[in-house]
Amino acid sequence: MFHRECGYYKTSYEADQAVLPIPVAKQGIGLFAIVFLVLIPLHSMITGIEYYVSLVSLVGITVVGALGLNILLGYTGQISIGHAAFMSVGAYTAANLAVKFGLPFYITLPLGGVMAALIGIVVGFPSLRVKGLYLAIATIAAQFIIEWVINHTPAISGGVAAAIEVERPDLFGWKLDAAVELYYFVIFFAIIAIIAATNLVRSRIGRAFIAIRDQDIAAEIIGISVFRYKLYAFAISSFFAGCTGVLYTYYLGIATYEQFQIVVSIDFLAMCIIGGLGSIIGSILGAFFITLLPTVIRIVMETIGPWFMDPSDLPTVIGQLRLIFFGGLIMLFLILEPEGLNRMWLNIRNYFRVWPFSY
Amino acid sequence: MTFFRTLGLAAAATAGLAAMQSAQAATDKVVIGMMCDRTGPTAVTGTALCPGYHDYIALVNKNGGLPTGSGNSCEVIANEVDIEYKVPPAIDAYKGYKEQGAVLVSPFGTPMVAALVKTMEEDKMPGTSAGFGTAAAANGDKYPYMFPIAASYWSQTAAAVKFAKDAFDGDLKGKRIAYVFYDNPAGREGIPVMEHLQKKEGYELRTFGIPAPGIEAGPQVLDITRRYRADFIIAHVFGRAPAVLLKELKRAGYPMDKVIGLVWAGSEGDIAAAGGWDVAEGYNTIQFAGVGSDYPVLHEIKAMYKERGDDPPSEMDLTVYYNRGVFQAAMHVKAIGDAVKAAGTCDVTGTQVRDAMREIHDFTLGGLVPPLQMSAKDHEGGGYIRVFQVQDGKYVGVTDWYRAYRDDVLMLLEQEH
Repeated sequence: MFHRECGYYKTSYEADQAVLPIPVAKQGIGLFAIVFLVLIPLHSMITGIEYYVSLVSLVGITVVGALGLNILLGYTGQISIGHAAFMSVGAYTAANLAVKFGLPFYITLPLGGVMAALIGIVVGFPSLRVKGLYLAIATIAAQFIIEWVINHTPAISGGVAAAIEVERPDLFGWKLDAAVELYYFVIFFAIIAIIAATNLVRSRIGRAFIAIRDQDIAAEIIGISVFRYKLYAFAISSFFAGCTGVLYTYYLGIATYEQFQIVVSIDFLAMCIIGGLGSIIGSILGAFFITLLPTVIRIVMETIGPWFMDPSDLPTVIGQLRLIFFGGLIMLFLILEPEGLNRMWLNIRNYFRVWPFSY
Repeated sequence: MTFFRTLGLAAAATAGLAAMQSAQAATDKVVIGMMCDRTGPTAVTGTALCPGYHDYIALVNKNGGLPTGSGNSCEVIANEVDIEYKVPPAIDAYKGYKEQGAVLVSPFGTPMVAALVKTMEEDKMPGTSAGFGTAAAANGDKYPYMFPIAASYWSQTAAAVKFAKDAFDGDLKGKRIAYVFYDNPAGREGIPVMEHLQKKEGYELRTFGIPAPGIEAGPQVLDITRRYRADFIIAHVFGRAPAVLLKELKRAGYPMDKVIGLVWAGSEGDIAAAGGWDVAEGYNTIQFAGVGSDYPVLHEIKAMYKERGDDPPSEMDLTVYYNRGVFQAAMHVKAIGDAVKAAGTCDVTGTQVRDAMREIHDFTLGGLVPPLQMSAKDHEGGGYIRVFQVQDGKYVGVTDWYRAYRDDVLMLLEQEH
């Protein structure tokens, strides 16, 4: 009801093209900033409860990966079922650099991302020739090849266990090991990722991506190098994925490839679909939704379950319910709301934009 | 509208969590964080193991809980979270346990243990990882809060070599041994021990990897039985691989009594999936908890169900995993119980439980648990295993609890650091 555009007159091109064109949008972002940057960590610091900050930290890491995949899937229209593998590339690159050369996170993080981007370009080459299902299969191949290589190369994996322990991030001698410190560490990079992605998709590169998604032949005719931009899309998307892997590594203190198997790729696809393809807000909502869904189902069932069933059956039921919800929701979204949570948010916004009048 | 329903759910969830926390603030309880896999790739294990765990806890509570020594007693609460063999839910679950005041957490699965071991050490939260995680975790100096409690893959491999040696009347010289493994880090873990013992015993060794997801073992079996013509097979496989391997070995006509499987390669479920007990007749399996139904504690659990007027759960028939659940629960309860008794209050810390765990000696639970000798250094408890063989449609123990090449295993452990 406050989201109204009327009355705000733009007098310059800059004002018209701003990321947040009207004051209420800025206020909304400010509100979120206060909640996530002040209230949630403050709650943890005052009460000593680490649960919520660690939950949001996990979501924050996921947001980075979901944004990356959405740039590829939602904006450029190229599918990748190998994104978890790119995360493991980032994770192992950073872990090796941190352990073997003692480099700090502000160097290993971008390098992990760059390494993943390079691998992503290689994996992206088939996209120049094949589309749709064929590309999906090609990227699945990438997932398994990368997994296999890490698994069988001690120089990368650090030995039989294929797990490398990494020290907590160190910021000029200040060790970020408390839950709240790690929370800020993650949220900082999540915010950078959100800002970068938002700006990327409204730039020349982003518009080229969208043109390729909508009709690649037309895009080529109007002068977009499909070859170059498809590889850009893979590189940028993999860079985000690599950074996700690095963040996981620092957050958990260990890099292990078993954590980046194909189900994780599927989870990220689900985030993009449920959140909304081709939307930044959708990626964020999708990451929240998929990460928190199991927790919410469990807590709700633990609360209301005992009213109507034997508590000792609860654990079994919760596990199955989660699977039913996960599969069911993806189907429901594909049928009822293919544009995902983002479209729901837009519907609500547009409804209140003209409220109380319907037109 | 789905969106509002989600909001509603989230609100209800927050309220629920708050309620849960206040409910568990009372001090006459001890909380255990129990991660479980009832869904996901390892569901076969979790669906039998977790009921065993909960049944033992229920039995302890029915018998009055854990006495503090000063007349009081503590109720044991095992909070289960199904983590689906995924890391993020495990982190989430762990942080939840911490808020609930858990004094011991049991992560499930190698990657989850890897992801949590550091955080748990920082939080001084003891944990167990029975049957997975790296062999190195047996070293209490390096991992002061993680307890494998069961024999590590290294101890199991050493024991398997000893079993093979006994099968050939104490001489392995020149014998061809095949080490079949699921091709991932956990599967490869036994190789260093095999190679080390090769120098000592003089057997021939070849390794055969079964690639993930472990549903195709035909070529490996042909290679083992026709080309290499192995005299003995040591199989470190898990997931669906054991069933596939058994089926293929049977098809190739390999004598099953010359095959020994490590701890995740021989449950009732695997044998059913391979085509039944007839297929596996003679197959040897290494176990870190007793197999079968004839243990006093299992009779007590059955009696508990009878008292309630219920039938014992069908999971009790899957004795390999069910008994492992009982074994884990018994170890957890024993450590916490000792800590509670020593402290005289239910309000114990993780470190107190850790110290109590390190003091467990010869706690056998009527033969279900190996004669573990825990210490500050040895979190594996000595690495005892027992071999059960498939005979006439059931598992029969063919050895006593034993361990082998302990010095070699310890030496390799030292080299690891």
